[in-house]
Amino acid sequence: MTRFTQWEGFEGRLWQEEINTRDFIQKNYTPYDGDESFLAGPTEATDKLWGELQRLQKEERQKGGVLDMDTDIVSSLTSHDPGYINDSMKELETVVGLQTDKPLKRAFMPYGGIRMAEQACTTHGYTPSPELHEIFTKYHRTHNDAVFMAYTPEMMKCRHSHVITGLPDTYGRGRIVGDYRRVALYGIDFLIEEKLKDHANCGDGKMTEDIIRQREEIAMQVAALKDMKKMAASYGFDISVPAANAREAVQWLYFGYLSAIKTQNGAAMSVGRIATFLDIYIQRDIDNGTLTEEEAQELIDHLVMKFRMVRFARIPSYNMLFSGDPVWATLEVGGIGMDGRSMVTKSDYRFLHTLENMGPSPEPNLTVLYSSALPDNFKKYAAHISITTSSIQYENDDVMKPVWGDDYSICCCVSATQTGKEMQFFGARANLAKCLTYAINGGVDEMTFEQIGPKSAPITTEYLDYDEVLDKYLFMMDWLAGVYVNALNLIHYMHDKYYYEAAEMALIDTNVRRTFATGIAGFSHVVDSLSAIKYAKVKAIRNDDGYVVDYDVEGDFPRYGNDDDRADDIALWLLKTFLDKIKKYHTYRNSEPSTSILTITSNVVYGKYTGALPDGRKSGEPFSPGANPSYGAEKSGLLASLNSVAKLPYEWALDGISNTQTISPAALGHDDSERKNNLVQVMDGYFDQGAHHLNVNVFGTEKLIDAMEHPEKEEYANFTIRVSGYAVKFINLTRQQQLDVIARTCHKIM
Amino acid sequence: MAYNYGKDEIKGSVHSLESFGLVDGPGVRFVVFMQGCALRCKYCHNPETWAGGGSMWTARQLFDKVWRFKAYWKSNGGITVSGGEPLLQIPFITEFFKLAKKQNVHTAIDTAGQPFCRDEKWLAGFDELMSLTDLVILDLKEWENDKHTALTGMGNDNIKEMAQYLSDIGKPMWIRHVLVPGLTDDEEDLRKMSEFISSLKTVERVEVLPYHAFGVPSWEKLGLDYQLKDASVPTEEQVAKAEEILKVSSYH
Repeated sequence: MTRFTQWEGFEGRLWQEEINTRDFIQKNYTPYDGDESFLAGPTEATDKLWGELQRLQKEERQKGGVLDMDTDIVSSLTSHDPGYINDSMKELETVVGLQTDKPLKRAFMPYGGIRMAEQACTTHGYTPSPELHEIFTKYHRTHNDAVFMAYTPEMMKCRHSHVITGLPDTYGRGRIVGDYRRVALYGIDFLIEEKLKDHANCGDGKMTEDIIRQREEIAMQVAALKDMKKMAASYGFDISVPAANAREAVQWLYFGYLSAIKTQNGAAMSVGRIATFLDIYIQRDIDNGTLTEEEAQELIDHLVMKFRMVRFARIPSYNMLFSGDPVWATLEVGGIGMDGRSMVTKSDYRFLHTLENMGPSPEPNLTVLYSSALPDNFKKYAAHISITTSSIQYENDDVMKPVWGDDYSICCCVSATQTGKEMQFFGARANLAKCLTYAINGGVDEMTFEQIGPKSAPITTEYLDYDEVLDKYLFMMDWLAGVYVNALNLIHYMHDKYYYEAAEMALIDTNVRRTFATGIAGFSHVVDSLSAIKYAKVKAIRNDDGYVVDYDVEGDFPRYGNDDDRADDIALWLLKTFLDKIKKYHTYRNSEPSTSILTITSNVVYGKYTGALPDGRKSGEPFSPGANPSYGAEKSGLLASLNSVAKLPYEWALDGISNTQTISPAALGHDDSERKNNLVQVMDGYFDQGAHHLNVNVFGTEKLIDAMEHPEKEEYANFTIRVSGYAVKFINLTRQQQLDVIARTCHKIM
Repeated sequence: MAYNYGKDEIKGSVHSLESFGLVDGPGVRFVVFMQGCALRCKYCHNPETWAGGGSMWTARQLFDKVWRFKAYWKSNGGITVSGGEPLLQIPFITEFFKLAKKQNVHTAIDTAGQPFCRDEKWLAGFDELMSLTDLVILDLKEWENDKHTALTGMGNDNIKEMAQYLSDIGKPMWIRHVLVPGLTDDEEDLRKMSEFISSLKTVERVEVLPYHAFGVPSWEKLGLDYQLKDASVPTEEQVAKAEEILKVSSYH
């Protein structure tokens, strides 16, 4: 057993015998159930650095969204010299390390796809290096090239028609959360030793494909660990040994995360659950008298400032899907341990407090792991932060804990993963609304009239018959699930091969559990469409060639979002049916299939490529985001809408069910204290019913409209709103998305 | 209607349901808007509740619907019946509140008091309803009887009488006043109203609701002529002034 002097004062044994961050946390953290009065404001250094960063962000916006880009250095752990927010303020930064040599400068990352890396440059007026072009087209294949070499014509057609959409074939899959805490707790040398043991014990000598691949992957992980040390050394730190104090723990942990974002440009690059862990170091220093509350808050503020600086070079089609330059640096606070103790520490407060010290911000994607059993003080403080910043989201710890334990992280916008024990194959979405039109039109696309799905008998009656539609829909969904799962199998095979996440996987157990996360787009519209066909009369309107292009609904029908079982039962049926179909198919590397109802801002793009639907939604109109009821469907207010969403069992959508709601301050109560209490009550009531997720915005439509018309106003520079699964600066959304956000239900006073 | 309960049960005519009411009574509340009102307030923001119609519910159906929201109410929330004018459907609401009280749910009625009268039979029904009601939210729209008639189409002697009656029987009240500049903000009238409110023993809260024009589209939809086209939303100062006269801060 190794004993490090840096561990002095820490309790517990198992985590010293093996890599086991959870055991370390459980044995050492100090729960806190007091209120926020202990918190400290920003230090002078924080104000100066944040001021400088805001200046840079403003410049970035003025330059069309990109401040600076690399064109001729392939980003790696050791590719860049050290960088600082401002060289003249170097000594103010208590946490150092940038993705490149300059703040907000975007790295060149070709492994996911050379074409995309180059397009990201040219879009913003930069000229990519011809030498790198030659290397990555002639001598080295990239993920994107390999995927397109292997795609079947059917997959290409489904991708083109958007019945399968947002596939991670032109961007990094992301969603892998390294246990960055391990760098601080164990130091790199110990982690290398353990990986070398795994390498030595990998297989029984018989070289199967699996074993060969694993040996190669472990070797890549070890190489990455060695490079992490070099990268840290360039900043003047020796991370071969464990962190000795809070400042080092924060710095070491950040170097772990920095390794991930220097080598991968995944759609989601989550930070993970670090608050309770870091609090142990902070509390030890405070108890020793070597750290003050001001210094502790400064450390957290500076760390969060770094998370606010993460940037990737993106292509226009990516920005259309995921608007506002998100990176999903998701970071969790709160939650309750398996033993029933609240995991809220003072540092959970400190992370939320960054939104007060440095104002609202979309990143890091701060997530409260919620339970009505959390300390009242903490629930109220979180509600207060929601009301004042609209920057945080809530996820139900009570439903996630039984599945993922008490040391899970959120790896994307809302999806859980066991920290350091799992990785995920991210799978975008199947457009189940478009699939419904394929069922009606015999596999022919309702917008292009190309045969995309299997050629089958279309519906020929004037009025749609529920049983007939359902029968054909099941057939079409089965086909779609097959193409979808197989496209993902292919994509992830190539991603492993050409864009392996060595740095992140080095901080995850070698025997990793893999999940396979599919998703649904158009959920509410399918539910309402089927309800319309069942409870009202839906007339099909056909074009001259006999294809159904629109619908006429006669009579009223129950809609999802009103706590009406007639519609909500269809919602449950749809989710379960799709999940069962996904599960039928083989999934790559024995991964465990799951599904989700979350679309992020891509609901706008998905809707654009989908024709009219039987629920009355017109061709091209945006879908409702995630699991939200359709726009205008909610007739009985917010709680009825929440009750409908809460009926969807999390167990059937383990990858997440996102719900975004906006409440006007006037509707939430007469004064601040009433608003805070009321919001807590709403969340208690919602999550106690087993709901999974809630994005909470508190502002009126007037503010949105004004921000859209006057983005130049100083007050809107950091105006942050929650959209499906993440937060964005409102002024960074496309106008179409801004209009979509404005049009959605704002629950206000009757 | 999907449900099928007893055929002879009394039914209520309901205009709409709002699951998320946070200002119509304490805490998080489910608000039931009843159909039908005899007043014709010029600034009414939901004139579609005036006439008959609405969907018909038995008390049990409505309670089953509402009970789904108990998780949000905790210790202070509950049900508010608003309108339209709820006191036009006392027998139905009485049945509804009986079910609510069986589950210990906090009940409130949001009324303009127009149906109040001293008719013995009516009052007996009202008394029974009050025995099941925890809070009455009463709109005092105007002090002077003739001005009240001009504003709403009916006088207000019986409304004042009802306020006094509720005070006498010890029923907790919130008093609300909609402030329309140039119409319901006469300082002298407000002062008289304030004196009257002060004389009541059970007022827990007084609220000034600033006029807004959100109701205009409803008027247009119904083909009605909205006479307050030129009315403006009160300024913060005007609201503060009215709150001062009505001694809003001394309640709570």
